[in-house]
Amino acid sequence: MTEKKIAVKVDHVSKFFKLPTEATQSLRTALVNRFKGIKGYKEQHVLKDVSFEVEEGDFFGILGRNGSGKSTLLKIISQIYVPEKGSVTVNGKLVSFIELGVGFNPELTGRENVYMNGAMLGFTPEEIDGMYDDIVEFAELKEFMNQKLKNYSSGMQVRLAFSVAIKAQGDVLILDEVLAVGDEAFQRKCNDYFMERKKSGKTTILVTHDMGAVKKYCNKAVLIEHGLVKAFGNPENVANQYSFDNTVPLHQEVAEDEQEEAPQEEVVQVENFKLQLLTPNRISPADAIHFQIEFDVLEDIKTYIALSLTDIDRNIWIYNDNSMDQMMEGKGHKKVHYTCSLPNVNDLKMKLEVTVRDEDGQMLAFSDATQTPIIFVNRDDIAPDDKSALDSASGLIQRNGSWTMQN
Amino acid sequence: MNPFSKENQILLREMIKTDFKLRYQGSLIGHLWSILKPMMLFTIMYLVFIRFLRIDDGTPHTAVGVLFSMVTWNFFAEATNMGMLSIVTRGDLLRKLNFSKEIIVISSVASAGINYSINLLVVLVFALINGISLSVNFLILIPLFLELVLLASGIAFILSSLFVKYRDIGPIWEVIMQAGMYGTPIIYSITYVLQKGQESIAKVLMLNPMAQIVQDIRHFIVFEGNVRGWDLINNHFIALIPYVLPIIIFVIGLLIFKKNSKYFAEIL
Repeated sequence: MTEKKIAVKVDHVSKFFKLPTEATQSLRTALVNRFKGIKGYKEQHVLKDVSFEVEEGDFFGILGRNGSGKSTLLKIISQIYVPEKGSVTVNGKLVSFIELGVGFNPELTGRENVYMNGAMLGFTPEEIDGMYDDIVEFAELKEFMNQKLKNYSSGMQVRLAFSVAIKAQGDVLILDEVLAVGDEAFQRKCNDYFMERKKSGKTTILVTHDMGAVKKYCNKAVLIEHGLVKAFGNPENVANQYSFDNTVPLHQEVAEDEQEEAPQEEVVQVENFKLQLLTPNRISPADAIHFQIEFDVLEDIKTYIALSLTDIDRNIWIYNDNSMDQMMEGKGHKKVHYTCSLPNVNDLKMKLEVTVRDEDGQMLAFSDATQTPIIFVNRDDIAPDDKSALDSASGLIQRNGSWTMQN
Repeated sequence: MNPFSKENQILLREMIKTDFKLRYQGSLIGHLWSILKPMMLFTIMYLVFIRFLRIDDGTPHTAVGVLFSMVTWNFFAEATNMGMLSIVTRGDLLRKLNFSKEIIVISSVASAGINYSINLLVVLVFALINGISLSVNFLILIPLFLELVLLASGIAFILSSLFVKYRDIGPIWEVIMQAGMYGTPIIYSITYVLQKGQESIAKVLMLNPMAQIVQDIRHFIVFEGNVRGWDLINNHFIALIPYVLPIIIFVIGLLIFKKNSKYFAEIL
């Protein structure tokens, strides 16, 4: 371990909730149940033995699917919930934003709300005086601060709340899925702020679904799944694990659903569409991508295949192709193989989507969510200490330029 | 977390300030209402007591005594009722922020306290008009007010903890308060009970801290001849009960609240 100080230590935390099996909001049911010996609730284990440490200065990401327990974890770190077992230790002043604008009162002016919100976070009026100008400037609401909050547009309210959140001078800042606020200009400002904060040596904990954000800002991340730590460490790896996990359950469903796919009521011209990736999910840019498509054409029509490889993070088409020039004729079982490669790209995470179309370009069958293979392209040819190469590999396409230095 | 730490004091101040600021939000004459409303209400009550209600015990300034008792009871009712609801009303806040929960209950009691002070001032005006002269005796209001605050906060702590789990407490408390109002010498005085020859009932009634408080006000401020529980109950250990009870209730209330407050965020 380095000699860095630990900012937040989560030590074997577990938490369960008692979910009432019937509404026990009244004294009568509680008494009757106590009398009959009915517990009246079942236990829902949300977190099971979660441990990790956040060092001072970390920009720490917490990832997880809906219902994985990450919000509960956040509330335990913020000391809103008490863990059943284990403990959470926080060094320094913790400022936590589970939700933006908590306690904002529409009848108060923007200025009063800032002070009220500050007081709730544990700041003295003098401390808020010191942050006030920063907050107002960041929110770009200078001329509105003496207006009542109810007269603000929703965007303005969110901007004010977010500015309070990030300008609050705590040692540890906790943010829960709040990145997507404001217009483009404001988002850019937030981006700048996060980059700055990352450098500033203050501790930040960010909970989000946005892989891009995790990769961009965080230097460490943890993936929570079913109340357990699934992955910890390098945000790149954790984020990839997360994306990979999200595709796996879908794949499993394929096997079960395959036989059951009943023909729809509409005129089905193509059925039993099957897409199979023949190369591994994880490849290097030099490797070929090879897959097979099978389907039955029920009527005497011409068909062709169209495919696309879409970058999941950037949501753009990386590679498209079709077989328009080699139309398939007539009825029957068709089996198509396709091979391609993307030798010039850097690290990529793509989904393969394939459609069968008729000669007018009408879609007849497509690879639905249950059979959309994910392909990870990894540059494994870069030495881990080659800083220049590593840095250049963050682009989409591999570098191929040459430098000419003139003095 | 210490409810009396600096941060909590600041938060308490902000909450009371906000509450007060927003009380007469949108009205034309604003805070003038906080004087005008009790002024008008008490005029009506005063006239009713003098003219129609004949539970006169023959002592001077009976009507003023009733007004004093009335505002004191109103404070108690408002503080306990608002305190009971306070945690649930602020539920959205508790689920998202970590701050001292005691502050929420205390701020409700404090808001009621501000109301009480204003009402007391208005009643004081009635007292002076009635010919009661200002004296050092009025200072008795300060320890009595403290006692009242302890009692009301203690009960509010207990009620709010229970109310989070069982909303049944709401109507139950309303009924208890109604019974309590008639069981406490508010619109009648304890002297009146004695005049009816019910000495043992009077003694039992005087064990109630609220009865003790209003009778002490009647005795020290309105007219010396009004009987106090202290004079009525010969055994002074028993007579001490209503003075000690608020402290005990406050401590128990705070302990119950502290034990339960950890789980408010989950239950709400």
